[in-house]
Amino acid sequence: MRGRSVGGTAPGALVDTVVVLVALAWLLPTLGLLVSSLRPAPDVAGSGWWTIFANPFDLTRWTLENYRHVLGQQGMGRAFFNSFLITVPATLLPILLASLAAFAFAWLDFPGRQVLFLAVVAFLVVPLQMTFVPILRIYSQSGLAGTLAGLWLAHTGYGLPFAIYLMRNFFASLPEEVFESAYIDGASPLSAFFRLALPMSTPALASLAIFQFLWVWNDLLVALIYLGGGAQTAPLTLKLSSLVGSFGQEWHVLTAAAFVSMVVPVAVFFALQRYFVRGILAGAVKG
Amino acid sequence: MKERSQRWARFRRLGLALLMVALPAAAFSLPGLAAPRTVTMLGTWGGQELEAFLKVLEPFEKETGIKVEFTGTRDLPAVLTTRVAAGNPPDLAALPNPGQMRELAAEGHLVDLSKVLDMNTLKNQYAPVWIDLGSYQGKLHAIFISADLKSLVWYNPKAFAARGYTVPKTWDELMSLTERIAAGGVTPWAIGLESGAASGWPGTDWIEDIMLRTAGPEVYDQWVAHQIPWTDARVKRAWEIFGQIARNPRYVYGGTTGALSTNFGDAPNFLFTSPPRAYLHRQATFIQSFIRQNNPGLVAGQDYDFFALPPIDARWGTPALGAADMVGMLRDTPEARKVMQYLASPAAQERWVAALGKLSANRAVRMEVYPDPLTRKAAQILVSAEVFRFDGSDLMPAAVGSGAFWEGILRYVGGESLDDTLRAIESAAKDAYR
Amino acid sequence: MQRGRAWAWGFTGPALLLVGFYLAYPTLGTVYLSFFDRRSQHFVGFHNYVDLFTSSAMRTAFRNNLLWLLVFTAATVGLGLVLAVLADRVRYEAVAKSVIFLPMAISFVGAGVIWKFIYAYRPATSAQIGLANQLLMLFGREPVGWLIERPWINNLALIAVGVWIWTGFAMVVLSAAYKGIPRELLEAARVDGAGEWQVFWKVSLPLLQSTVAVVATTMVINVLKVFDIVYVMTNGNFDTEVMANRMYKEMFQFRHFGRASAIAVILFLAIVPVMLANIRRFRQQEAER
Repeated sequence: MRGRSVGGTAPGALVDTVVVLVALAWLLPTLGLLVSSLRPAPDVAGSGWWTIFANPFDLTRWTLENYRHVLGQQGMGRAFFNSFLITVPATLLPILLASLAAFAFAWLDFPGRQVLFLAVVAFLVVPLQMTFVPILRIYSQSGLAGTLAGLWLAHTGYGLPFAIYLMRNFFASLPEEVFESAYIDGASPLSAFFRLALPMSTPALASLAIFQFLWVWNDLLVALIYLGGGAQTAPLTLKLSSLVGSFGQEWHVLTAAAFVSMVVPVAVFFALQRYFVRGILAGAVKG
Repeated sequence: MKERSQRWARFRRLGLALLMVALPAAAFSLPGLAAPRTVTMLGTWGGQELEAFLKVLEPFEKETGIKVEFTGTRDLPAVLTTRVAAGNPPDLAALPNPGQMRELAAEGHLVDLSKVLDMNTLKNQYAPVWIDLGSYQGKLHAIFISADLKSLVWYNPKAFAARGYTVPKTWDELMSLTERIAAGGVTPWAIGLESGAASGWPGTDWIEDIMLRTAGPEVYDQWVAHQIPWTDARVKRAWEIFGQIARNPRYVYGGTTGALSTNFGDAPNFLFTSPPRAYLHRQATFIQSFIRQNNPGLVAGQDYDFFALPPIDARWGTPALGAADMVGMLRDTPEARKVMQYLASPAAQERWVAALGKLSANRAVRMEVYPDPLTRKAAQILVSAEVFRFDGSDLMPAAVGSGAFWEGILRYVGGESLDDTLRAIESAAKDAYR
Repeated sequence: MQRGRAWAWGFTGPALLLVGFYLAYPTLGTVYLSFFDRRSQHFVGFHNYVDLFTSSAMRTAFRNNLLWLLVFTAATVGLGLVLAVLADRVRYEAVAKSVIFLPMAISFVGAGVIWKFIYAYRPATSAQIGLANQLLMLFGREPVGWLIERPWINNLALIAVGVWIWTGFAMVVLSAAYKGIPRELLEAARVDGAGEWQVFWKVSLPLLQSTVAVVATTMVINVLKVFDIVYVMTNGNFDTEVMANRMYKEMFQFRHFGRASAIAVILFLAIVPVMLANIRRFRQQEAER
């Protein structure tokens, strides 16, 4: 079913070896963090995390204290909720707007199409820090500073160039006949977009959703600048970063904090992974 | 700053136009943070510091009904710079250092505190040096709610006793102790210069302490104000004395690579391993929190202790170098004034220093509030020091004080020639002081 | 290609307005400010640019960005491609891909702590807490100051962190595209007797070409913007400076708005050749349609 070794030149064993080795190498640093998050601070500072495997069943060397400390913070639930409140709209909005624009850039004819498209993509290189002052200035004059709507729109604006770039590339690879026949049947570009282009692009949409979600979820600085960071609106990242002292004291709680904040993006990745499936296009071409 | 605002104004109009078209969504913007009687404050504190600060505020909030919304970030310079430049500052802010305080004051962003606080009381409670440090052009713009003493050498008394070492009283004694330890086949000093984005600062404290002890406070002030160049023989001598220890692989645990890659918070741990890897560690009072965190069970005064960094030139005695946490006011509201008045009071500061083992610059803070004899000893040194000077790198323009100076420390310890290092700092200084 | 400008503007309008406001408008301001002094008070012409091109810190930054460009881009795109294709062929694909993707999900604060446990240096007489040095000692070598040894070891050590984070990104995007290749095409080639190697080179890669270009372009942009890895781990010390970190320092640490703006403009200009290459690619692509 997997089609392995059909031609016989890439034996399955080699494939397995490469994939497993790379995966292990990638896992190792994270494993180190996980183990460290389960050790008392003095142990972490005094010996390597791997030494715990010499006596893995010595329970006195393991502790849940870091997690208890992180999760026991007052306002943790609120911070989780705020992170969702920020991230979900700031993920959906750019995906919708970017897909619409990308569809036009790929399949509609209008003057300046390519130049405009590449100009949008080029803005990907703008360091966000350079945009804070002028935007925040307008925000504080128009009452958008400290509002969720302001933050959603900012994340949308910052996320659009990449989203448009990715989606345009994907739309452009769709077969032309699909749209030709739809237009002949009298479909408008809008219905071609919603009924054909979007459904055929689920893998691209899924990957875009994953990235945008985790960028917003892990963002600290944009929220700090535009939202201000009060306890009522502060996202998880801000809450977790405030667990560390100004000289970096208590940094060991960051080990546990990293895992606490990682749970949600990883869950999103798993949930969306099932859209990475083969054959969506194949059916469309035949139809 | 005024002209800058005008320049931005032109762009702002374009931006506003874009906003009006682009953001019908602004219509459903949610209510902002600024609930009535809330004071916003920005600072760097987190963890135990944040908990302590919230405890400081507790009685105040209960009594006045004013709520203080504190946001802590270690990216304070970026957030503060941005929010101030954008005309959206917090009400109060913990300021990174006196250098930046002066820049903000010069640009007109800080409220003149003489209108807010009772200056007579303040002058009774603080030594003149602290009032001066918080002032710009004769007006008070910031207060110091706590301080740290820097000129200390930490050691492990039990290890000292076991090997028959005694606390040195002069620099010569310190150096002969250093040589004696090294000759005994162990390493005398633990030095950690790594501090993430701020790497290098622990070395600047060394240079400052040595400058005070070899050239005296007046020359120190001239050096900080860049009235003498970095290539001056007296500056050079201070670096050389630092280099005699820091660049000598026999004297520093792990040699220069060790000094450069060890985090400053981890460095004292080498004094408490068994057997100890090192015997001496020069660092400020705040290192105590790291010592306790990484080596639970150690008793202050018994398992770890400090002595003052000894004098080098008898003429200049044993001066004290320090740094402090300063708070300034960026928006003048009645509520913010009340918070400021409270933070300036001994009652607030006693709660703050007692919870954290920090020192107070305020003479009205009672010695009894310090949590242990060691902290009390440090507070005594700070209050009674004949010569006190503020951390020089904090007073210099940032491009030098937290730029070229930090970098220079790392380059010099990393093996660069001293003349090259000092020339590079001097050229950055020429650019930064106007 | 469908005609109809009204549709086109309706589709692109909202996105263009937002990009215009949040990115284009501040960029105009940045260009403007790059011709003014540190507090944006006096016009200084090209002075900031001259300063930058003659400063040794920026020369180091240019060199390092170039090193990042070569190593980081090649490694992320190459590994991402290999993984996207190979993971498709194993039963534990979901697990393998999740593991590679994991670093993307970790906030950088967490990643900084992780790599501390890899690169930490302790003298040989102490217990190591860094895995890299522990491994060296296992082979009888002396520990190395991974972030100190200039100019190659420390820069490559930083680039390795970047590769660790971003390979998952390249893999996910390329995998999405790879899954979009109609299975029939691959099967047909196999039936015609092509080996797996040939199927990859003759069928898969040409079809993935435009996605590879997208990922590579994104990585080049990442290199130009690379900041937090360097900021957290070395802050540009020991000859590891990069342009974006220099910009951050000038902007927020030294508060020299003119120079910071000038660096941002240089970044923007550096992307132009990449965009031109993209234009050429589009022309080809549409000619083939």
